[in-house]
Amino acid sequence: MSGYKILFKNIYLVLFLLWASQPQAQNKFIIVASTTSTEQSGLFKHLLPVYEKKSGVQVRVVALGTGQALDMARRGDADVVFVHDKEAEEKFIADGFSVRRFEVMVNDFVLVGPKADAAKLGGGQDIIAAYKKIAEAKAPFASRGDKSGTHAAEMRLWKAAGIDPQTGKGTWYRETGSSMGPTLNTASAMNAYAFTDRGTWLSFRNRGDLVIVVEGDQRLFNQYGVMLVNPAKHAHIKRELGQAFIDWVLAPEGQKTIAAYKIGNDQLFFPNAR
Amino acid sequence: MSDISAALAEALRLIGGMDAQLAQIVLLSVRVSLVAVTIAALVALPLGACLAIARFPGRQALVAILNALMGLPPVVVGLLIYLLLSRAGPLGEFGLLFTPTAMILAQAVLVTPIIAALSRQVIEDAWIEYEEQLRSLNAGTVAAARTLLWDARFALMTVVLAGFGRAAAEVGAVMIVGGNIDGVTRVMTTTIALETSKGDLPLALGLGMVLVAIIIGVNLLANVVKLTAQKRHG
Amino acid sequence: MMLPLNLKALCFVVANRPIIRDMSCEITAGPKTVILGPNGAGKSVLMRLCHGLLHPTSGSVAWHGRGRQAMVFQRPVMLRRSAIGNVIYGLRLAGVSRKEAESRAAHVLEAVGLTAIAQRAARVLSGGEQQRLALARAWALEPGVLFLDEPTANLDPNATRDVESIISAIHASGTKIIMTTHSLGQARRLGDEILFLSDGRLVERAPVDTFFRRPKSSEAVAFLQGELP
Repeated sequence: MSGYKILFKNIYLVLFLLWASQPQAQNKFIIVASTTSTEQSGLFKHLLPVYEKKSGVQVRVVALGTGQALDMARRGDADVVFVHDKEAEEKFIADGFSVRRFEVMVNDFVLVGPKADAAKLGGGQDIIAAYKKIAEAKAPFASRGDKSGTHAAEMRLWKAAGIDPQTGKGTWYRETGSSMGPTLNTASAMNAYAFTDRGTWLSFRNRGDLVIVVEGDQRLFNQYGVMLVNPAKHAHIKRELGQAFIDWVLAPEGQKTIAAYKIGNDQLFFPNAR
Repeated sequence: MSDISAALAEALRLIGGMDAQLAQIVLLSVRVSLVAVTIAALVALPLGACLAIARFPGRQALVAILNALMGLPPVVVGLLIYLLLSRAGPLGEFGLLFTPTAMILAQAVLVTPIIAALSRQVIEDAWIEYEEQLRSLNAGTVAAARTLLWDARFALMTVVLAGFGRAAAEVGAVMIVGGNIDGVTRVMTTTIALETSKGDLPLALGLGMVLVAIIIGVNLLANVVKLTAQKRHG
Repeated sequence: MMLPLNLKALCFVVANRPIIRDMSCEITAGPKTVILGPNGAGKSVLMRLCHGLLHPTSGSVAWHGRGRQAMVFQRPVMLRRSAIGNVIYGLRLAGVSRKEAESRAAHVLEAVGLTAIAQRAARVLSGGEQQRLALARAWALEPGVLFLDEPTANLDPNATRDVESIISAIHASGTKIIMTTHSLGQARRLGDEILFLSDGRLVERAPVDTFFRRPKSSEAVAFLQGELP
């Protein structure tokens, strides 16, 4: 047999294998770019089966930071985005990548830190005051530093406190450059303070000495938005299936399902669609 | 120490109580890696054999490059495949991103240089023994390559298994191109990464042990086959 | 017919060391040609040059027309497949159809007395069996010329006798034999003519009786008396 024949035989085999590796019965599905806070807190595991059973449409969630999720949608790799950084979302719309943003629900952020309380925060609700004390005490603080919605919220609060944490970089301020879970793992290992959403915190197992030190501040509430990626930008976007999912999440049934999700006795997400 | 014993208990519990979801993850892992390694082998074995036998200018440079590519960072491969398969990329219209096929592609790209470089070495060693005889029988480069691939099959099996191990243990690339979608592209390594970030270290480590057990199992099985065949064929 | 084989001013140099020096001769069809000479005389290299495994540094190896040639090496290289599979392999490479190859392989295995182990893995056979199989693989090609490079160097007397009788049978079937050996007894038993090499040169050429009874060159005299290293 000649070399070319063998080469072609192998190429055919490779193509066949790739073809055979595709799921045979291609179900109807949409891809949702979302955040680790919704995925890792277990919300989607609770919410999506209800919708899938009702609609017959599979919802495939790729969980990233908000920044990455929006980038992914910009490339046309998602039909729907489900994220929590209002500023970035509005920019997304201004750039034409979506036509409309719908508010779905809120959750809240908490500040966690070591029981020993190195910065002597002494509990309380005032997140700004807490930040100031941490910076003053140069107590270790683990930040995500990954352009996620949580990171953006953390940065807005630093700004409100009039502190540039970058000056503490390398000493007390540590950017992990990773998602919420790994950042909490880091904080737990070095007994640092960390800014996290409550959902991820409640489902986080490796807490070590960390406890919630600040919660309940109005400024800690966090709005989630959902958007259909603009089909005018990417022709293959599944407009009907994507919009149907958004409509359901905003409708009473979706909102009730979100409210029903609890870890222990704690409700994590508070639906507020209008 | 308690963490590790907890992980061991978790691993035993996972294997013993193998639920449908875990089984699906394990099966997908094995399927993706097996197909990826098969594709890589189809490309890499002939490539390695030709590089071992053919003599042409630039061959040494090619061998050096191939050896270097064995250390391809998975994340880079993942990103490359991501950009290729993304809707905005050149192969976007096929909609392969976030599918098992994308993960197969990424693993195949990662593993091909490994199999090619190692098989090149194996075949070149065999060629020293066979060269005069095969040339005397008038075997051309392609015929000689085919002959050596078959004759060195036991050693090459080990090479392909090394590729399988690398593919199955890889996380960076499949995380990026697969998206770790529950029930669709979630494999063992991405599950381990996810459980680690949820702080469930015993579960993550337990899953890791299951993964290692699978890789060891595949290798043991292959070794038994190899030893039996080797005894028969010398 | 591919003979006579003409060597013209043949030279072969490796790393500035001449192995074959300015050798010219004609090897004709018919007699079994045995190449003798001390270690390092260039016997194996000469055969490899003739067979085409090595390329001359200068000078030429000219065959008279095209024809099939085969070579059996000192240490047979067996492929990792059955005994008969090894024979079929050679035939398939020579462009023989599978069916034809199978019947020819069975036939030639019978001729070398290996029918009983045709299905055994070639690489687990004994040294003598492997060399007989190598001869069968070469013979099956029905070559015009068969080169043998010290074919019995690693074999015991019984196996040597088997191999020698197979070589004679191959010659009887019409194949030109060109071989090297270290054994003077084997040269006497098998050879018709002797090419005597020393230090890369063809020093003497004579019919086997003449060579052993009245060697002309001082090198040959010394070699036969066992005086050269």
